[in-house]
Amino acid sequence: MSAYKLTVNQLINKVNNKQLSPSEIVESILGRIEKVDGRIRAFITLTGDSARNQAKQAGNQTEAGVLKGIPYALKDNICTNAVRTTCASKMLEDFIPNYDARVAKKLKNAGGILIGKLNMDELAMGTSTELSAFFPTYNPWDLTRVPGGSSGGAAAAVAADEIPFALATDTGGSIRQPASYCGVVGLKPTYGRVSRWGVAALASSLDQVGVLAKNVEDAAIIMNIIAGQDSLDSTSADLPVPDYTSYLGTDIKGMKIGVPRQFFQKNVASEVKAKIDQALKKYEELGAIIEEVSLPHSEHALAAYYTIASAEASTNLARLDGMRYGINDLTAENIEDMYTNNRGLGLGPEVKRRTLFGTFILGSCNYETYYLQALKIRRLIQQDFEQVFQNFDLIISPTTPTTAFKIGSQVHELLDLYSNDMLTVPINMAGLPAISIPCGFIKGLPIGMQIIGKPFAEGSIIQAAYAFEQNTDYHTQKPVLGVK
Amino acid sequence: MYSKYETVIGLEVHVELKTKTKIFCACSTEFGAEPNTQVCPICAGFPGMLPVLNKQAVDYAIKAGLALNSTIADYCKFDRKNYFYPDLPKAYQISQYDYPICLGGHLDVEVDGRKRRIGITRAHLEEDAGKLIHQGSITTSPFSLVDLNRAGVPLLEIVSEPDIRSAEEARIYLEKLRSVLLFAGVSDCKMQEGSLRCDANISMRLLGATEFGTRVEIKNLNSFRALERAIDYEAKRQVDALENGEKLVQETRTWDEEKQMTKSMRTKEEAEDYRYFPDPDLPPVRVAAEWIEKVKSAMPELPEEANQRLVNTYGLSEYDASVLTLTPEHLRFFDKCINLYSEPKVVANWIMGDLNRLLNNANIEINESKVSPESLTDLLLLIDQGVISGKMAKDVLEEMFDTGHNPEAIVKEKGMAQISDEETLLALIDEIVVNNSKVVEDYKEGKKKALGFFVGQVMKTTKGQANPAIVNKLLLDRLGRE
Repeated sequence: MSAYKLTVNQLINKVNNKQLSPSEIVESILGRIEKVDGRIRAFITLTGDSARNQAKQAGNQTEAGVLKGIPYALKDNICTNAVRTTCASKMLEDFIPNYDARVAKKLKNAGGILIGKLNMDELAMGTSTELSAFFPTYNPWDLTRVPGGSSGGAAAAVAADEIPFALATDTGGSIRQPASYCGVVGLKPTYGRVSRWGVAALASSLDQVGVLAKNVEDAAIIMNIIAGQDSLDSTSADLPVPDYTSYLGTDIKGMKIGVPRQFFQKNVASEVKAKIDQALKKYEELGAIIEEVSLPHSEHALAAYYTIASAEASTNLARLDGMRYGINDLTAENIEDMYTNNRGLGLGPEVKRRTLFGTFILGSCNYETYYLQALKIRRLIQQDFEQVFQNFDLIISPTTPTTAFKIGSQVHELLDLYSNDMLTVPINMAGLPAISIPCGFIKGLPIGMQIIGKPFAEGSIIQAAYAFEQNTDYHTQKPVLGVK
Repeated sequence: MYSKYETVIGLEVHVELKTKTKIFCACSTEFGAEPNTQVCPICAGFPGMLPVLNKQAVDYAIKAGLALNSTIADYCKFDRKNYFYPDLPKAYQISQYDYPICLGGHLDVEVDGRKRRIGITRAHLEEDAGKLIHQGSITTSPFSLVDLNRAGVPLLEIVSEPDIRSAEEARIYLEKLRSVLLFAGVSDCKMQEGSLRCDANISMRLLGATEFGTRVEIKNLNSFRALERAIDYEAKRQVDALENGEKLVQETRTWDEEKQMTKSMRTKEEAEDYRYFPDPDLPPVRVAAEWIEKVKSAMPELPEEANQRLVNTYGLSEYDASVLTLTPEHLRFFDKCINLYSEPKVVANWIMGDLNRLLNNANIEINESKVSPESLTDLLLLIDQGVISGKMAKDVLEEMFDTGHNPEAIVKEKGMAQISDEETLLALIDEIVVNNSKVVEDYKEGKKKALGFFVGQVMKTTKGQANPAIVNKLLLDRLGRE
């Protein structure tokens, strides 16, 4: 089998058994990208030359990290030393950081080989990757559809076998929603589990770095590498990190799974509900106990989320003023014009919209009405989850209300676009870990199931997700790209 | 007409805490480095960078708070103050909005012999901004350059209650505040380097009124003198306006040092909405009682204790003690001198008089001076031993201040030693008396001025080196025998 088709775990074994060299793997991956990325358009930047060099060096090393010779790619909001990091924004089109994000450094130190930087909605604002300032990414299962977003490039690249795994960020569903649309595994860890240092912030209290992978086992392997406290990130949790692979293959008998009725409302497609019902039956067969639960405040999650996320984003992105890096209009007559022109030219419409919204919300006249109110809702959502988790180990819901939509179909329908996040946003609001795993196909398009855990219980999620995966074959199905 | 008004003043004082590194990153805070050499992606606001609170800055804030009689909050947090300016890399300043680290407090000052207690509202931690550098004035410069070395240096903003009633009182409060912070060892408090900066809020009201008048904030007060002058100017401007029936507007004004006047910067309507909100990158800070105790137990002697010690132990006046405790360096200098020389009042006079004058002229601190406690007390011993006169000693001190040489060497080198040898002096006196028989007659007739003439002649002949006491004694003796 060609190396590009393999999972992280398979590649690790092949490298260890000397059946494949890092160079062979990298060549296979680069060949695959060359073949298909013209249609998928997952990559903004490719680092083929440095990847080849690194592979050559890795081949000569006798000892190396867990990921020796394993290629990976990063969402383009994860900063990489000497490699352009654009956030899919005109503003940062030529921005080359002189630092590695903590997670990038960890993968590098583990021996992983960076292949490139992945497309996304500009500055992680969006649910379709159509809002990339450069070009949209296409869903490998149907090139007329979106891959989801904002980590659409990451999900599409993994789905199209362009990369064995990728790291991305999830603020309101940006890992899980594209994972659902592209039929891959997407894990968003607990807030504070993985360092945010070096990852361009969207909403600091919601952002979390996670994994897109071909299966649950790979996600567990990567979590082992990226999880843990970071002295440079004050919001990272000072808690021990378990071996996530130890949860693979353990029995789920007696595990209590709550199914929140609010996540199956009328805006969730009936075919999607049916797929989740099927999956829940599978869990029952495996010995889990399934019960309906209630998360009454989750219906307000979306409004509160966009309030908080926009407020934080408006100040996080204020640094993109062109003064030290980014677009700078030196012909401006005065400082106000300079700011206006730099940001006017550098930032796209959705970024501007949320910046304006966030600026409005934080205004001293509106702060209490909107921002504080949203914080209260957030607290209530957290309490809902806390209550359910007193009696349940996990919560299961659909990841997305529908399968991937057509490119261009929602661009002008703001609320439709935002509602793609309605089932994932409450989890970020509560800071919880969740995974999306493939649980079936509807008219040839994949759909994901979301498994939500208690804070820092990524292990339980992995355990349940792996059990399902072992008893289904959705994750092994590949899109047909018509490659000769 | 001015006398029927009362000036109401509150000061907002920013002090840079003297941590080795910045408040949210590991960059050096050293003053005076080449522009943009103490900058990293964190303090330059690059994408993905996160702040990590420097515990030492919190420690200093606690220390300052305790020294200012504040309550240290057991819970405080950081907020973002949002505005665009090229010296503010993140386009927000991390500050403390509604939960500052220090609550309440006061400073006691003495103005014209009256004790006054000035309340302190709060003190909060924040990060400093960078600096803009212009060619000439900001309005005519063809460019603005940004130096981010200062961006992220920890600041403590100390806000006083509107308890201050005159420009002089404001200056004395600021001097006292500076002295307390210097003694606590939390800041260098150098106004000329910007590590102590002050804004003043001023309003006027009729004497006896309880309501506050319209408040004006004055920025850019870079020296004690500027603070006093700006307040005096502003008080007069406001009274003139009120007397003319004009309505004052709440505004921010800046002190123009060149023109010696305040100028409007922006009115309240033009004021920015800073959109404060809690910084999600920084967890709230909980200061445990043990932490406060630890800081308290390491608190050095503060000016008031030192003051009492000087009065009680050395019998100095309150005034002398207050001058000697303006900076810890002064006190340390004085204390060292006392170990070497047993007359506190004499030492105090020399430090407060001649030495302070030299320091002020050279604009340096006492610890930067070439005069050491050892050399100053050596000088005092030379006077006591009659080697030089007190007047000569002033010249020697200046020489010591300029060259750093010890007083004996200077006296020797310049041939300044006093002539106390009676035989030498008698020979001189003999000669002068013989050559001035007319004046001797005057003396005999009781013209006391005549004695002065002879003393003068001796001094002239010896180029001032004759010991005046001995000359006097010998002259009286000699003339008595005429």
